[in-house]
Amino acid sequence: MSDITASGVQPAESVSVRSRFPVHVAVFLAPALAIYTLFSIYPLIDTIRLSFYTGDESGARHFAGLANFYTLLTDPAWSGHFWNALRNNLVFFAVHMVVQNAIGLGLAMLLSLPRLTGGSVYRTLLFLPTMLSVVIIGFIWQLMLNPLWGIAEKILSAVGLGSFFGPWLGQETTALITISLISVWQFVGIPMMLIYAALLNIPDDLLDAAIVDGAGPFSVFWFVRLPLILPTLGVVSILTFVANFNAFDLIYAIKGALAGPNFSTDILGTFFYRTFFGYQLQVGSPTMGATVATAMLIIILLGVLIYLFGVQRRLQRHTF
Amino acid sequence: MRPLHAKTLVRRAGQMLATASVAVAALACANAASAQTLTIESWRNDDADVWNSQIIPAFNKKFPNIKVQFKADPPTEYNAALNARLTGGTAGDLITCRPFDASLDLFKKGQLISVNEVKGIENFSDVAKSAWSTDDGKTTFCMPMASVIHGFIYNKPIFDELKLAPPKTMSEFYAVLDKIKAHGKYTPLAMGTADQWEAATMGFQNIGVNYWKGEEGRKALIEGKQKFTDPAYIQTFSELAKWAPYMGKGYQSQKYPDTQNLFALGRAAIYPAGSWDVPIFRKQADFEFDAFAPPVPDGQGKCYISDHTDIALGINAKSKNVEAAKTFLSWIATSEFADIYANALPGFFPLSKEKVTVKDPVAAKFVGWRSTCDSSIRNSYQILSRGTPNLENELWNVSAQVLNGTMKPEEAAKKAEDGLAGWYEPHKK
Repeated sequence: MSDITASGVQPAESVSVRSRFPVHVAVFLAPALAIYTLFSIYPLIDTIRLSFYTGDESGARHFAGLANFYTLLTDPAWSGHFWNALRNNLVFFAVHMVVQNAIGLGLAMLLSLPRLTGGSVYRTLLFLPTMLSVVIIGFIWQLMLNPLWGIAEKILSAVGLGSFFGPWLGQETTALITISLISVWQFVGIPMMLIYAALLNIPDDLLDAAIVDGAGPFSVFWFVRLPLILPTLGVVSILTFVANFNAFDLIYAIKGALAGPNFSTDILGTFFYRTFFGYQLQVGSPTMGATVATAMLIIILLGVLIYLFGVQRRLQRHTF
Repeated sequence: MRPLHAKTLVRRAGQMLATASVAVAALACANAASAQTLTIESWRNDDADVWNSQIIPAFNKKFPNIKVQFKADPPTEYNAALNARLTGGTAGDLITCRPFDASLDLFKKGQLISVNEVKGIENFSDVAKSAWSTDDGKTTFCMPMASVIHGFIYNKPIFDELKLAPPKTMSEFYAVLDKIKAHGKYTPLAMGTADQWEAATMGFQNIGVNYWKGEEGRKALIEGKQKFTDPAYIQTFSELAKWAPYMGKGYQSQKYPDTQNLFALGRAAIYPAGSWDVPIFRKQADFEFDAFAPPVPDGQGKCYISDHTDIALGINAKSKNVEAAKTFLSWIATSEFADIYANALPGFFPLSKEKVTVKDPVAAKFVGWRSTCDSSIRNSYQILSRGTPNLENELWNVSAQVLNGTMKPEEAAKKAEDGLAGWYEPHKK
């Protein structure tokens, strides 16, 4: 149907009117475009420009081509930190994809149960941590997990698991996972809400039809609901990816910019911060910082492109 | 209407003239005053009260013609804000100087002037001046103000209860720790590694000066005559490695405020300290506490302390009141200023050679070590933290790892040395 109307006959007199430059479109776009250009596009391009320069003692900057990128990827003093941060960032992302989005999906399914009492209360409570300041989240969890006065150990002891408790935030093997899970706890509300909205969009007729056809609850989920919310899951994944590779605040709040112990919680965001602003006696380097930022931009861009061309285009959208 | 209007007009004109002349007079006055007004740029916003109510009034008693304004930024924003103002030409006359490279950069860019000729600079030792001198030591560009000293603070009631005496040597130190541990009620050593810097400053630098013999070792390290893989440094790391069993449960995720609380609540016996902790415990701890100097290795007669230069005052090269600023700096070098500063902020110790009476007994004990031990500064601060990887950050990392038991003393020493050898010529051989 739509094809026919699109290629349908246009009234002849309106062609000349339409072909003039649509001034109103430019006028309406201008404010957003101006602000976006000034505060987003220009800084982005200037950051990339800055990454091709290097500074000297007197503060002057010289063009250096790709030298900064070469240093970042080949000098062991830099590349060690860079690859370590990238690896940690991938772990951080993997934990979010697996734990946060699975729990978000599960919670959304539970919330969309037809006979659920107090659904809106749960929804609000589960979404609440997302709205809290990250400083508060960091503070609360550090206090709870504190080996000196935290309640985590007492709770574990109460159920006979006291021996499993450890200073999780301070051990190289556990610190990153612990922080990832704290972040999951904070942000689980976002996938939950998005998926919940998508689930509500599925017409009851489809579910009823499936049940009449003899599908059990599992089949209804697997063959009817899941395919219908796949586009939303895609959006959730890409949001998680971008947010995780831009993450910084929680780790800075809990572990500081040195992301200890032994850089085991260092991700690209904290690595960038240390490089750009400096830390303690380390003097910040705007040009190297811009290089790290550009590398982050490239990584995020690659991820988004893979998603757009590899996943998004194959997804089927259904409208009802 | 008309005559009235004319009359009001004349009156208005008169009023305007009068106001204008008053304004001009006021402006002239302001000009005269501003010739004598000094503005201090600082990051010590915590101390604004002390400056306004004690230090500046004391200065004005002697020099009533020079007005002084204290203007502070939050510590984390200070360097950036100051740089912006210095470049824009709007910075104050007096600049509070961070130690070493941050201020050296300002001097190299011509934003600070030399204070070699300012009266009072002779009151300071070379160690005191080193943080604000060029690498060759010939030019000093800030008047030293204060330093912080490391040592150990202990809980006196616990020491009395267990009949312990403050240790003087390392073996006595461990004997004391063993007794506290055997007693079981208190955490022997209050320290955590989560923030990493305590491990390096209150651990490595605190006890290390005794091993690398203060300035002698620090200078040898800069000249490349000593390396971190030398016995003195490995020995220091080995001592740190022995501390773990005495530290509180889960010390790997214990942060600095946790450590302070642990000690202030009376649950820990010994606290590796910086002197800035003294006023904090004065407020928080309701028991008597005292301090002992870092224990010396067995059989070593001479003792050393980490007496770290932290804060100084320099003159903005673009200041219009350089002479007044010099007068102020000379006054900073007097014992009068030192006395006020030391007692208003116990734990920050004046660097001048003049005699200062510190009233707080524990702070007085810290500063008293200067007469019995040799002072040195933290060995990573001068020159050695200029490159990548940054030595200070590396020391934080390896010291924390040694305390956590995830790195052996030899590995820690090797990592610090390898990092330094990566960019610092004297260590490349």
